[in-house]
Formats: sequence, C-alpha cells, structure tokens
Amino acid sequence: MKDKNLYERYHRQIILPEFGEAGQQKLMSAKVLVIGAGGLGCPALQYLTAAGVGMIGIVDDDVVSLNNLHRQVLYSVNDIGLSKAERAANVLQQLNPEIKIIAYNERLENQNTLTLLEEFDIIIDGTDNFSTRYMINDASVLLNKPLVYGAISQFEGQVSVFNSQTLKGSDEAVNYRDLFPDPPKDGEVLNCAEAGVLGVLPGIIGTMMANETIKLITGIGEPLIDQLLTYNALNNQVFVLNLSARKETRSLIPKNEAEFLKTDYIWLCSSPVSNAEIDTNVFNNLIEKGNIDVIDVRELHELPEANEFPNIKIPLAQLSNNSSLIRSDTVIAFCQSGKRSLQAAKILSGIFGDSKKVYSLRGGIIEWKKQQQTV
Amino acid sequence: MNIKVILFGKLSDIAGSSVSVNDVADTDGLINALHNNYPAFANTKYLIAVDKRVIKENTSLNNNSIVALLPPFSGG
Repeated sequence: MKDKNLYERYHRQIILPEFGEAGQQKLMSAKVLVIGAGGLGCPALQYLTAAGVGMIGIVDDDVVSLNNLHRQVLYSVNDIGLSKAERAANVLQQLNPEIKIIAYNERLENQNTLTLLEEFDIIIDGTDNFSTRYMINDASVLLNKPLVYGAISQFEGQVSVFNSQTLKGSDEAVNYRDLFPDPPKDGEVLNCAEAGVLGVLPGIIGTMMANETIKLITGIGEPLIDQLLTYNALNNQVFVLNLSARKETRSLIPKNEAEFLKTDYIWLCSSPVSNAEIDTNVFNNLIEKGNIDVIDVRELHELPEANEFPNIKIPLAQLSNNSSLIRSDTVIAFCQSGKRSLQAAKILSGIFGDSKKVYSLRGGIIEWKKQQQTV
Repeated sequence: MNIKVILFGKLSDIAGSSVSVNDVADTDGLINALHNNYPAFANTKYLIAVDKRVIKENTSLNNNSIVALLPPFSGG
C-alpha cells in the first residue's frame, strides 16, 4: 500500500495474516449498498465505513425521531426531523473521509430498485417491513447480487447471506423465499414499533451483518451462506440452521425486469382490508390502466350520479349475491363517503380472497367530485 | 418417542422457549399435536427445521430429534 496514511488507518487489520494488504485492497474496491439506516443499518454502516469499504450507498426516506435514538446510534438529538440517509452519510464521512459515501434520501420502490442495486456488489437488508424485504430479495436474485440479511424482534435476531453461490458447489443459491416463500400479511408479525426491541440487539445483529459482508468481500472465514443464524439476547443462545435452495422458489420470483416492475409488493404484504382504501389519485390511475371493475355500492336512487367513469351498480345489501357480476382481477368499490364501500371491500375480500385486488375509494364519490373540480 | 421442540419469536411467547411432544412419528403429526395444544400457532407463519436442517415436506422423526419452529421477523 503506497499511501502511508491509509496503511496506518487500517494497520491493525492489515497485520492479520488472513487479511493482509490484499484484504484491504478488496475492501477499498468494494461497493456496498445499505438499505435502511435504522437499528441494523447504523452499526453495519459504522463498521463498514471504519473498515474502509470503498463505496457505500445508504438508502432511507425516513427522518430521525427521538424514539430512534436508543438503538440508532449514529444520530443525536440535533438530528431529529432530519433525513437519516443524509445525517448518516455526514457522520460517517467524518469517521472516514477516504471513502465514497452516497445518501439516497428516497423510498425503495419497484421503479428505482433494480437501477440502484445494479451499481453495487453487495446488498445489505436492514429494512423494517416485509414488502421491502421481499422486493430486495427478488431484485437480488434477478441481478445475482449477494444479499446480507438481518432482522430482529424484541430480544431475538436472525442473520444470513442469501443469493451467494455456495463454496460447497451446489448450483442454486439460497434466498429468503426458500425460508418463507410468501410474505406474511399486515399484522401477522409485529414490527419493532408494535412489539418493542432492546436497543443493543440491532447493535449486535447489525454488527454481525457488517462482519458477514467483510468476510464475503475479503474471502476470509465462513460466511453464513446456506445458513441462518439466530441469536437470543436474553440467554445468549445461538442456533444455526442449514438451508437448501428449492426449485419451487424460482416460480415465486419475477423472471425479468418487466415482471418485477409489475409486482405489487405492498399489496402482497397487506391484509386485504387494512390496505383497501385508496385516494382519488390512485383511483384515477387505476381507472386509466383499465381492466378493473368499479362498483357503486350505494342505493340505486342516490345522488350525485357517477357517470364520469364506467361502473356497475350493486347496492351493498345485494353485493354477496351478485359477486359473479365482478369479472376483472381488480375491483374498486365506492359509495357516498367511503364508509359503505369499505364494508363492501371487506365482503369482497372475503369472497375473492387473494384472487382479486379489492379497494375502496376513500371519501367516496363526494370527495372524488371535489378533487376533480380543484384539478 | 420424545421430541424436543425449540420455539422462537411469537411462538415462544405463546408456549415458552421449548416444549416436549410425545408419540408423533413425523413433522405433520408433530404440527397437528402442537396446533391442538396451542391453537394460536395457527395464526403464525413459521419454518420448520429438523435437527438444524430446514424442511418443507413431511419428515419422519427419530427419538431425540430436535425440531425448531421459527417465525419470520421484520424488524430492523
């Protein structure tokens, strides 16, 4: 290493025989994307920055809150209300000005995910919700990028390395869907805000994620490829499970970019009813896309009439008996104020289950007409 | 036959961190027995591992097999 300053900065890890200057060079040429700058992201980012990973991307559209500070140790009270991605980048750049840090103060969605992930060698999933986790998993499989996974709940954590070709020679890499093929619905699994979390737990799990990443980059040790590690902070029990790839999993993952863009990850992870309400903008977009049935669930004589868009009139009380009139895969119910249509969405979700997407127009036809006038 | 079942996450909130189940020949039998004893298990997704290997099909169990049931976590 020619630069004396760099040699001194990384000296204590360079002198490790397994690591050496070669290991440091590999870190300095690596590009790692950390998704979520929260409980897991903060410690992972700190250690990857300190270790000298050459380029680090930070994705998060959230801002710092007071109740983050017990576990998201990069932030201080002065950061409350500010962008996590930008604050993290700022703090980390002071820790190590020799590396490139890019803040993406945006939400990861189908449209920006593939383009963003493509720029990096390794993806770190430190997100806090299933829809983003499944989307990141599928994108990593599509792009063939190793995914360092971590997740926590209360006192327990999970860590794994997905989608990295195993050194043992099996041809298919394990991904998250080999563990849990389909996302749980809203409310089935509690998140940190609902279930609570001991602040130090994401510190431990996030640090383990940084460790797995450094092992992957430098080729030392045995990363958790084809394995899932669980850790319990209360009794220090560690449990390592062996995983295998399954043929069936492939059919659950979008086959190409076009399919990926069409997959509705938010809907996949929402209970039909809790996510059923849509606003007038989404309503108009869905109508424009076509291939939907719009149902007026008001009584037949009710005003104002809705003749601006095609709709089928089935009063709420008759909905169950007339569900066969609904043919499209997407259904939107509306009424006067949005109350009866929400009931209608519940009834239709009960009838159609996962076979149709069912929505209710928030604010009803009254709100919709009002919005059209202001446009 | 005595099978030890280690529980994680929400499942351990329901039934404690481990339970023993007697007289079941395979994982289907074991899961049936657990759901009878703990109906709340039915509301949770989880993966099943037998002797630390994740399985997806019904798997026969030996005396002293250790089974782990692990729900997904979303927190970050």
